[in-house]
Amino acid sequence: MLRLTINGKSHDVDVESETPLLWVIRDSIGMTGTKYGCGIAQCGACTVHIDGAAVRSCGVTAGDAVGKNVTTIEGLAENGILTKVQQAWIDLDVPQCGYCQSGMIMAVSALLKEKPKPTDADIDNSITNICRCGTFQQVRAAIHAAASA
Amino acid sequence: MNYMPLDRRSFLAGSATVGLSLGFHVPFVSPTSAEGAPEVNAWVVVKPDDTVIIRIARSEMGQGTLTGLAQMVAEELECDWSKVTTEYPTPGESVARKNPWGDFGTGGSRGIRTSQDYVRKGGAAARMMLVQAAANEWKVPASECTAANSVITHKASNRSTTYGKVAAAAAQIEPPKDVPLKDPKDWKLIGKSVKRLDTADKTVGKMMYGVDVKLPGMLNATIKACPVFGGKLKSFDAAKVESMKGVKKVVPVGDNAVAVIADTWWHAKSALDALPIVWDGGENAKVSSESIAKWLKEGLDSDQAFVGNKNGDAKAGLASAAKKVVAEYGYPYQNHACMEPLNATALYTPDRCEVWCGTQHGQAAFAAALEASGLPASKVEVYKYMLGGGFGRRGRSDYVTQAVLIAKQMPSTPIKLLWSREEDMQHGTYHPVTQCRLTAGLDDKGNLNTLHVRISGQSILTALRPEALVNGMDPATFQGLNASGEAAIGYSVPNLLIEHAMRNPHVPPGFWRGVNVNHNAIYLESFMDELAKETGVDPLEFRRRLMANHPKHLGVLNAVAERIGWGTPAPAGQFRGIAQFMGYGSYVAAAAEVSVNDNKVKVHRIVAATDPGYAVNPGQIERQISGSFVYGLSALFLGECTVKDGAIEQTNFDTYDSMRIAQMPKVECIVMPTGGFWGGVGEPTISVAPPAVLNAIFAATGKRYRSFPLKNHGLSLV
Repeated sequence: MLRLTINGKSHDVDVESETPLLWVIRDSIGMTGTKYGCGIAQCGACTVHIDGAAVRSCGVTAGDAVGKNVTTIEGLAENGILTKVQQAWIDLDVPQCGYCQSGMIMAVSALLKEKPKPTDADIDNSITNICRCGTFQQVRAAIHAAASA
Repeated sequence: MNYMPLDRRSFLAGSATVGLSLGFHVPFVSPTSAEGAPEVNAWVVVKPDDTVIIRIARSEMGQGTLTGLAQMVAEELECDWSKVTTEYPTPGESVARKNPWGDFGTGGSRGIRTSQDYVRKGGAAARMMLVQAAANEWKVPASECTAANSVITHKASNRSTTYGKVAAAAAQIEPPKDVPLKDPKDWKLIGKSVKRLDTADKTVGKMMYGVDVKLPGMLNATIKACPVFGGKLKSFDAAKVESMKGVKKVVPVGDNAVAVIADTWWHAKSALDALPIVWDGGENAKVSSESIAKWLKEGLDSDQAFVGNKNGDAKAGLASAAKKVVAEYGYPYQNHACMEPLNATALYTPDRCEVWCGTQHGQAAFAAALEASGLPASKVEVYKYMLGGGFGRRGRSDYVTQAVLIAKQMPSTPIKLLWSREEDMQHGTYHPVTQCRLTAGLDDKGNLNTLHVRISGQSILTALRPEALVNGMDPATFQGLNASGEAAIGYSVPNLLIEHAMRNPHVPPGFWRGVNVNHNAIYLESFMDELAKETGVDPLEFRRRLMANHPKHLGVLNAVAERIGWGTPAPAGQFRGIAQFMGYGSYVAAAAEVSVNDNKVKVHRIVAATDPGYAVNPGQIERQISGSFVYGLSALFLGECTVKDGAIEQTNFDTYDSMRIAQMPKVECIVMPTGGFWGGVGEPTISVAPPAVLNAIFAATGKRYRSFPLKNHGLSLV
């Protein structure tokens, strides 16, 4: 039994410690906003925050997450109030299919925490999530919009 | 599609029936909306609080069709847009009601263009019935009443009411036979860039995709099919993994696959990875990319070829040409690689089969569930979810068939089948592989007198829709090169011959966003550039001389040329390329600005234009354009599925890469609908970005690349 803290809530889960955190979040805890895309930390669809840093949850084990604060897309808004990033995503109609956008929003949220006014080069260097619909143009505009909101 | 007849009474027995309502085509006792309100007709439900539920038959996979189709219905309905929501009718309901929503199939950029008339009529008929209901209540002629923003007004008596108040009465009115539609110049909602209806849930992790389905007692499964297409499952040693944690059952699936069912997906995946499996690849295990390329190359010279477009006498034209120019191109297999790997959840009992999934074709998924379950239509249902990408792949229902075949081996337990990314990469329905030889005959003044295009390679329709072949010919292979129609060539050439030598390797082909325009546009538009260079004429001018009889093709080409400043100097160190094409009823063009340094290609800017006839939601069209460029340019620079020992070699995004935000050019869109026709949006523009970029790379480097992806030539996209 492992004790994980996800979105400020404690969960006791009966999983092997080497289980990827992604599958504990999705299958054991049942929170499905975090998506499976590749399983090899390439695409970023499963991005969550661990102690505030963006991490690809398919590449982290549940054991590694014990004792840390995990935030998923469901835990980003506090008391139902959307973050500036989420609001910019809505204002600029960013998502197409939307499947990668949980991870995209989590990656961008971590970037803005570190660099509140990122340049295009900052965005290029830190946002490496795959989006097959190709929302990048709107993603970039929404990052700048969120930064200046 | 073939459907088994459905006993309507048994369907209705399972539905709440509220009063008498009216189907748009066939009046009968109707079901209600998911939330229990009676419908006005098949397309429209109005709740007492004036919320309008618009039924959407086509599937949303990111392309915005849900919002666009709702705009079409709402335009004629004259309802309050801020109170519009949508719902999917189910395929089972469609069969039960004799198909009031028409085709559920969502592909070929057809969502709006092939349903625009009847969905608008659905909205208009509902409005007429709502107005009639109010008029009846007031005992005045309906013609004296007006409707706007979900409010019906009778000016003479100063009375008004809302749709929600009269909806129940409207549902009992005979549907109008004559349903006139607005003149496009009177549209208020169609043509407006209203926000998508499905965004909010996608920003908080609430949107439900097929992969997110949760059912009581549900188990998880994952599958491996024989890596060699057409190969068989010989044996597997279940005893080796049955004692692994969480494993419930190891089952064969059809004659070519094996699945592990477990409590969690990770347990299923771990066990499947450990499962000893013996495959029989058969003859196909000898096939490689090299053997396929050799076979296709022979097709470039073969005596037999289907003629798709012909005028004049190309052979004579080439024989008498002052100068001949020849070039050979090729385009590789591509995988769809939807972000959401394929999945479906099935629950089977001897008396009922239900499937929950994302699908581009609800009716095809339903047919697959019928066949796999062996149950009659009245005992089968499919529930559609948001698709995490489709791009053509989710028009196939192989994963639905598999899910049902697995569920049948554990009756009464819902089982979610989710493919690993590796399975998804290796069991696609791939963008077909082709080669092309283009031969031009120029006269002594450098005019293009003759053009012979010989395509050799794979036919999608032969594999997926053989009934659509015409005397063995696959007409779709000539997409964008036809004499007329929705995918017509934009040039007049006195002697023209366009042919296809069909060569169908064992790798299953599929409709991949853009389908055949992807390679056909690269072939034709790169070659046009080669001819311009050969004759010393500016590439834009060279094209214009051939386009006098193609004003709409020319219109979009001129638009991008003007916007990018063709003929004026490009920014320092940058070079321009241009291309135009037609597909899915729309005219599209692109002009690119590119720099190349040390084999690093930077695409700085692409100006794109599209004339889709009517533009329902220009904001969404712009997103489809820039999105399609990501898909098309990812393939051009990075994407290639190669074949070794009969199987696809690529396994994940590390070997089948996709563009990131750093590689994204600035895309400027010119949406220029000229009216009078309905063209598609999701796919046409994908065709022009690659040739525009290739032509710009040539302008920058003097090198003409004719095989892809460009990474194979040492070029990287930065």
